[in-house]
Amino acid sequence: MKFFKLPQQLVSLFILFFIIIVVFIIARRIFVPATFGVYGHYRASAIDTVKEQKINYAGAKACYECHDDIFETKSKSYHKDVSCEVCHGPSAKHVESGGDFAPEIPRQRDFCPVCHGYNPSRPTGFPQVIVAQHNPGKACISCHKPHDPTPPHTPESCSACHREIFSRKMVSHHYSLACTTCHTVPDEHLANPRLNQVGKPAAKEVCGQCHDKAAESDKEIPRVDIQTHGGRYLCWDCHYPHDPEVKT
Amino acid sequence: MNEGPDPSKGERPEDPSAQGEDCECQSRRDFLKSLVKTAASGFLLYTCGFERLLAEGAEAQGAAPHQYAMAIDIHKCIGCGRCVDACKKENKMPAEPHYFRTWVERYVTPVRGETQVDSPNGGMNGFPEIKEGEEVLKTFFVPKLCNHCENPPCVQVCPVGATFRTRDGVVLVDENYCVGCRYCIQACPYGARYMHPVKHVADKCTFCYHRITKGLLPACVEVCPTQARIFGEADAPQSPIRRFMRFNDFRVLKPELNTAPMVFYAGAGKEVR
Repeated sequence: MKFFKLPQQLVSLFILFFIIIVVFIIARRIFVPATFGVYGHYRASAIDTVKEQKINYAGAKACYECHDDIFETKSKSYHKDVSCEVCHGPSAKHVESGGDFAPEIPRQRDFCPVCHGYNPSRPTGFPQVIVAQHNPGKACISCHKPHDPTPPHTPESCSACHREIFSRKMVSHHYSLACTTCHTVPDEHLANPRLNQVGKPAAKEVCGQCHDKAAESDKEIPRVDIQTHGGRYLCWDCHYPHDPEVKT
Repeated sequence: MNEGPDPSKGERPEDPSAQGEDCECQSRRDFLKSLVKTAASGFLLYTCGFERLLAEGAEAQGAAPHQYAMAIDIHKCIGCGRCVDACKKENKMPAEPHYFRTWVERYVTPVRGETQVDSPNGGMNGFPEIKEGEEVLKTFFVPKLCNHCENPPCVQVCPVGATFRTRDGVVLVDENYCVGCRYCIQACPYGARYMHPVKHVADKCTFCYHRITKGLLPACVEVCPTQARIFGEADAPQSPIRRFMRFNDFRVLKPELNTAPMVFYAGAGKEVR
């Protein structure tokens, strides 16, 4: 039996270790949250806490369940993809209460320019106006119905929509040229622009009408030999026609 | 000549097999003891909660229920800041500046000089005019938010396991266990986290986890008037994200950091970081 007789100090050490382990296990039970480690190194019930957060934006689908007439109007207009709550604000309360808590209706002139005010950083082609010049003092909704914003009168000038191009052209040497000098504009373009796109020049000769050596135009217009100038490149590969002096 | 073992007397003191019987007796004892020890330590590990780690491994084998992702088309962003506004309203965030889960940046590249980036009040109230006298080569808006990285640095540094990536690919904060040490705010290479001034815990975009788990879109995607933001599941063939990936050249921000973001950008030049 002499093999199994452990020295007293080792026995006490083992007892000490045993107590430490037991204390560790009990402490771990107490301090580690109940659901910690179910999915990973985190408390699984934290996910439920996040999920419980209150919803404020109901989503357009919920709006259209009652306001199907507005859906009809909107789905054919340029605002078809603009969600209701972009303008009307968070409306989950309105949906849950079944119509109480009327959502906000922005009627002021300063709301539409949040999207449609001219800003050079906005993508080309997005309809923008310079607010100070566009029917000053008039509320936007007096001409444009927000659910179908196409105005009752089709725009008479190109600048109503192509404001960015227009304002650049107006400070360039091409300021006196009408858009139709270079572009062919189908009549339908004014009412339905994306389906009836304007024609663009396809050949150097369009620029050559004024800028060729042989052209019958004002003497002050810069001239080049349109056949050889620039080699096989087209004019607008180097010169931006709406602002031809721009250094690129 | 009595030296050496005498087989006839059964004396085998120096034979290696001499202790065989004793040894066998010992090892059986040892075996029983180790059996008891194994059972005891197994029970201890069980009480420690070790089985959860094993369970986690087994669960990770199964397919994740979702894999959420967002895509942003910079060509479509008009910088209206409705997403920033909606984010603040949906998540009841402090109204004052500097606290944003999502924000819109304006990039202005002059003909000569460095690209300037600004985001006054997160782009919520529009942008001031570009400085006079600067010839602008190009300018555009870039909406930013938490990238919900597959390999998130913020999760790695959290000392208390209070921030984590769920199995459906959303990085969340456990606001009851966050100790507010701000390590994660330092670690995020995208600046997507901030200290909540009221709760005093780290706060960040959740992809509107309370909405997406109920089948709604995140608030910023819901209100984006030009569909510059797209939300969906990264691995479902029918999802808008996959459609976006088919039709666009896209990239992620700071790919060199190997964080594997789940927010994809189309039309972002190399100046976008």
